Amino acid sequence: MLSNSIGRNLPWLGTLKRKTLQTSLAVILPVLSASAMAESLTIGFSQIGSESGWRTSETESIKAEAERRGYDLKFSDAQQKQENQIKAVRSFISQGVDGILLAPVVETGWDSVLKEAKRLDIPVVLVDRGVAADPSLYLTKVASDFKEEGSLAASWLAAETNGRCNIVELQGTVGSSAAIDRKDGFAAVIENFPNMNVIRSQSGDFTRAGGKEVMESFLKAEGDASNICALFAHNDDMALGAVLAMKEAGVEPAKDIIVLSIDGVPDIFKAMMDHEANATIELNPHLGGPAFDAILAHRDGKEVDKWIKANGPLYLPDTAEQEYAKRK
Amino acid sequence: MLEATQTMTTKIMSPINLLHKHQKALAPIISLLLILLVTAIITPGFLHLRMIDGHLYGSLIDILHRGTPTAIVALGMAVVIGTRGIDLSVGAVIAISGAVTAVLTVNTDFPVWLVILCALGSGLLCGLWNGILVSVFNIQPIVATLILMVAGRGIAQMITEGQIVTFHSDTLNAIGNEFFLAFPIRVWIALALVLITIVIMRKTALGLFLESVGANVRASRLVGIEARLLVLSAYLFSGFCAAMSGIILAADIRGADANNAGLWLELDAILAAVLAGASLAGGRIYLALTIVGVLIIQTLTTAILTSGLPAQYNLVVKAAIILAVLLVQSPKTRQLLSQLFRKNMDYSA
Repeated sequence: MLSNSIGRNLPWLGTLKRKTLQTSLAVILPVLSASAMAESLTIGFSQIGSESGWRTSETESIKAEAERRGYDLKFSDAQQKQENQIKAVRSFISQGVDGILLAPVVETGWDSVLKEAKRLDIPVVLVDRGVAADPSLYLTKVASDFKEEGSLAASWLAAETNGRCNIVELQGTVGSSAAIDRKDGFAAVIENFPNMNVIRSQSGDFTRAGGKEVMESFLKAEGDASNICALFAHNDDMALGAVLAMKEAGVEPAKDIIVLSIDGVPDIFKAMMDHEANATIELNPHLGGPAFDAILAHRDGKEVDKWIKANGPLYLPDTAEQEYAKRK
Repeated sequence: MLEATQTMTTKIMSPINLLHKHQKALAPIISLLLILLVTAIITPGFLHLRMIDGHLYGSLIDILHRGTPTAIVALGMAVVIGTRGIDLSVGAVIAISGAVTAVLTVNTDFPVWLVILCALGSGLLCGLWNGILVSVFNIQPIVATLILMVAGRGIAQMITEGQIVTFHSDTLNAIGNEFFLAFPIRVWIALALVLITIVIMRKTALGLFLESVGANVRASRLVGIEARLLVLSAYLFSGFCAAMSGIILAADIRGADANNAGLWLELDAILAAVLAGASLAGGRIYLALTIVGVLIIQTLTTAILTSGLPAQYNLVVKAAIILAVLLVQSPKTRQLLSQLFRKNMDYSA
């Protein structure tokens, strides 16, 4: 009866049991690259910096994708400064590149440099973040949809628990778009299941220490850990902190409480190998492919969506070992 | 007979006298008890303690456990504030010491005691840097320590290469999370540090000297107090405390998070000292009350987390309650209240 209603309301749930799920909710990316002939392009890429492991893998992935296609990639590391990025984009323009990839460090202040690129008809693709400028000034944005990440997490959990689960939620930093959208996306799916409830939700500030402290208070406040069926953390680091809190309270993570989080950092795969976490959704760093495809489509005179959603897959413990080795 | 009555009266009077004399000291303690009481009403079971595996378990223990790093930092901060200074760099020093702890544990075969010594040494170096800027170069403390506050996190990130470095060490894990005689080991460490500091400050003239430097540097120099060295030692102590706290925080999550470890902790430490009644203009050091101040802040944090309040209200509620505590403690408010009280008494009479 219950599974019937799940099937009726959310027909895509059936596909969720697959080992590595490609984002099933998402708009399927237009398969544009098939026509990628041996045309060699010169592309400029202005990166923010290398402040996190994720950003470093994004840079490496885009470089590798360019090499695979035989493109000439001009890379510039802005060391967290917008003025460096603007300088880099101007120099790409003066070199007459075929397209520019820009990971904007802040949202505002891009209008004039984007206009300069548009005047010379050089397409600019924003990667992993957006800007507050007229959408006509850039070709497209290639980035994850945080809402869909939240929804994917909720639907996996619904399938895993047959729609019956008391959830505690560790939110990201209050007000951050990742926290707001992941929470909303999760809640939107959960509300279809009368027996799934978020019983506690607090901010752990995206940090391990925050996740640990808040999880401790959740465990104390609930009194009995058996009342909690799953933990949904807006990022892996908070989940890893919460795992420590569970172990110290004598609760077995991943067994007594399902541990589900987002980002796909190396340590969460290690936790899955140790049977201490159940699932993570990768914040996709492989944005080079769709970004280059968009530039090619533009050159062919095709219309390109203003937001190409490039969500990552959901990983389960069975592939954790390979994934950890890949990321180390 | 007469003598006996006199001693009796002094005996009866003395607690009341004490109450009057230490009225200011009572304010933070009463605030803490009030907050605990209100929380216990809002969240039933908040005061509940039980034994699990031979140690205490409950929200009250969490408050002590979570308050420890802040308490240790606030101890150093109280001494620095007493000299009319301020140390904004403690959060960054926590990150540095945590990074040193993690990187040395992972990359070298150093025994744990040596790792801890190196981490404490890094804190002392930071303290020395601040102290020299303040006492030798006479740079204003808020500016001098701001330099390390900004640069220190960068140094920590360089040490960890921007990653969260996780480590495994039984001793460090014990410092971070294990229990001794029913209480967390780190609480014992903090308690020992507080007691030693109180003894040094109050049983020797050091505390008095530090306070006199804070109250009036010139006058202190004129009576022959070595002001520069004293100020320098205050910053050294603060650096040491921050490093100790950094070790505990890294041990807690079994990793060094250079971006977030000890972030904004300097503000909590300053607030704790102020809640204790310290003046930012220097000249007064209240060590035990500073710890009460820390407990007030931590009780609020833990209470808010267990209460089920939506996350976006955390900071507003915390700020409002802290403001109320500060208002109650301000002499002006107390004066107004007692005036009001007296008027009412008059009317009723």
